[in-house]
Amino acid sequence: MKQFNLGPVRHPAPATLDIVSVGEMTDATRAIRLSPDFDVETLGSALDHLDLIIVTFPIFRDGRGFTQARALREYFGFAGEIRAEGHLIPDQAQFLWTCGVDAVQLEDDTDTTPWLRALTLFPVTYQARLGLR
Amino acid sequence: MNAPVGLYQYQTADREFLASRIAEFEGQVARRLSGDLTEDEFKPLRLMNGLYLQLHAYMLRVAIPYGVLDSRQMRKLAHIARRYDRDYGHFTTRQNIQFNWIKLEETPEILRQLADVDMHAIQTSGNCIRNVTCDQFAGAAADELMDPRVHAEILRQWSTLHPEFTFLPRKFKIAISGSPQDRVAARFHDIGILARPGENGPLFRIFVGGGLGRTPLVGHELFDSVPEADLLMTLEAVLRVYNAYGRRDNIYKARIKILVQALGIEGYREAVRHELSRMDPSHYRLAPEVVAAIRARFAAPDLTASPDADAVLRRDRQANPAFDRWVRSNTLPHFAPGRIAVTVSIKPAGGIPGDATSDQLDRLADLADQFSFGELRITHLQNVVLAHVAQDRLYALWQVLNEIGLGDANNELIGDIVACPGLDYCALANARSIPIAQKLSARFADNALQEEIGKLRINISGCINACGHHHVGHIGLLGVDKRGEEFFQITLGGRDDDKSRTGDILGAALPEDDMVDAIARIVDRYLSVRERGEQFLDTLSRLGDAPFKEAAYETV
Repeated sequence: MKQFNLGPVRHPAPATLDIVSVGEMTDATRAIRLSPDFDVETLGSALDHLDLIIVTFPIFRDGRGFTQARALREYFGFAGEIRAEGHLIPDQAQFLWTCGVDAVQLEDDTDTTPWLRALTLFPVTYQARLGLR
Repeated sequence: MNAPVGLYQYQTADREFLASRIAEFEGQVARRLSGDLTEDEFKPLRLMNGLYLQLHAYMLRVAIPYGVLDSRQMRKLAHIARRYDRDYGHFTTRQNIQFNWIKLEETPEILRQLADVDMHAIQTSGNCIRNVTCDQFAGAAADELMDPRVHAEILRQWSTLHPEFTFLPRKFKIAISGSPQDRVAARFHDIGILARPGENGPLFRIFVGGGLGRTPLVGHELFDSVPEADLLMTLEAVLRVYNAYGRRDNIYKARIKILVQALGIEGYREAVRHELSRMDPSHYRLAPEVVAAIRARFAAPDLTASPDADAVLRRDRQANPAFDRWVRSNTLPHFAPGRIAVTVSIKPAGGIPGDATSDQLDRLADLADQFSFGELRITHLQNVVLAHVAQDRLYALWQVLNEIGLGDANNELIGDIVACPGLDYCALANARSIPIAQKLSARFADNALQEEIGKLRINISGCINACGHHHVGHIGLLGVDKRGEEFFQITLGGRDDDKSRTGDILGAALPEDDMVDAIARIVDRYLSVRERGEQFLDTLSRLGDAPFKEAAYETV
């Protein structure tokens, strides 16, 4: 797998972190992988110790990860790195970035050209034009 | 003609966005044609651009935001029908138009041509927020409390390529009206919005969780009076709850109505309030200056009319009973003196509901230029509205409509049938909806008879997915397959207005051959038992369905 950054990563996580599921978390855990049905509110103060959260997409049409990432950033002020994993398509690049995802995990042989192009395709979003942040 | 009115005027950024989007899709089509993309890989990409694969060909569904378009756009649709389809287009119940015989390799060119007139097919498919629908008489109807088009445009912009809500559990449909007469079926939408003016700006009554399909449900009121500043914030909260918790394991349980049903409206409201409590209002506030800037991109027509316009119309009506009948059924009072709003029936006797030929589309564009400031609206009952006609020119308009076969006086009458594409086009259908619609329309062709029968809407769906909205037909027909033969099940009493409810099944399904006669017997029975001043729904509610059941199954 290789990492593709959707923009300047907000707070890059160290490269060698052990990534565990929520159920396997301990006080020492600094990186977790969320299932799409996980309610991020239940992380509570554990969030303060995390450097990396991975949101997962079992299929690209399952958009729950967008809402998880947005809630992490917006409701709970998570400042660490958010990465997206699973079945993703380049058309989602800008959506992911806007919702607070820093990077995506891609197969090693994935051509990143469409991902790069997708990021520059639409410079202005309609939501921003309406004054939404 | 002068600049189109009543229509949001695109900015450069809108056009640049469309151009890049088409370039992207052109690359995807090329990769599909060369075999680099499989159909499985291509499917989600084409659906994002409104391109479906039906039974016999590709179908392109073109968005008509809140149903409003101008004459230059209508002419372009005519051109596309003529050049790339089989010389006709089909208006849909979501105020869109679809072309049923499209060649894949021609789609990028079609999309470029649409973009030339600021149109596209984005979000007419897929599990995203679809084209927002709106009252077809917005900014014209005398009964209107508030023109909903500015907020419909705001909803269009807000929902276009929404970063969080483009991969929802299922499609999501929003309708908005500013009239106390619910003409948008607000209670049968994922979100229905009724706008009204308040002391400190507009207020929005929001319904959630309505829908038809396999599980017809009437929407619940979520909030009574959301202020304008909070409108988008509230919608974001509703969608966020749905995106997180809506079912994704079963396509038939994935609409928001199922989640609302599961949580109860109180539970859903509570969840929305919880979201709202965590949201920073300063991120979501819809500012008055933003609304004003969008309002400024709608030109207002000069609605002054000749002082004797109404007198001329009165005289014209007295002189011609057929015209008079058409005025009774196909016009609506306008708020401006001397003006009137016209519904052009796209339901000619024996015709296919919602189908218009390229010539008719061109002529409608001409009529819009001559009679209604170059502006047209598509209705969710698949007709076309010219909203601002001068009353002293109405007779001239009617004469031209008759010349082009669109002069039927059947708006909201029994000939104003809504039907899905059915088995003639659709891979999901059990039965052909179109032939039965045509037979019924021919049977009740006489406009005088239709007026005598009164308000009576027939909706026909070819399968339980209910695209013909049979649940809300006063008479609804649902196509079912019985051992390879087409049968139709009858429901009575559905309606989608402020007394919204779904119809009740009358009894066992009847074979296609018996259908028209059975409906005719129901109508005959109604005519024989109704009391003075009653419409079909009134008689049905007074007597129940027993007399109609008896009539329907009389010879069986």
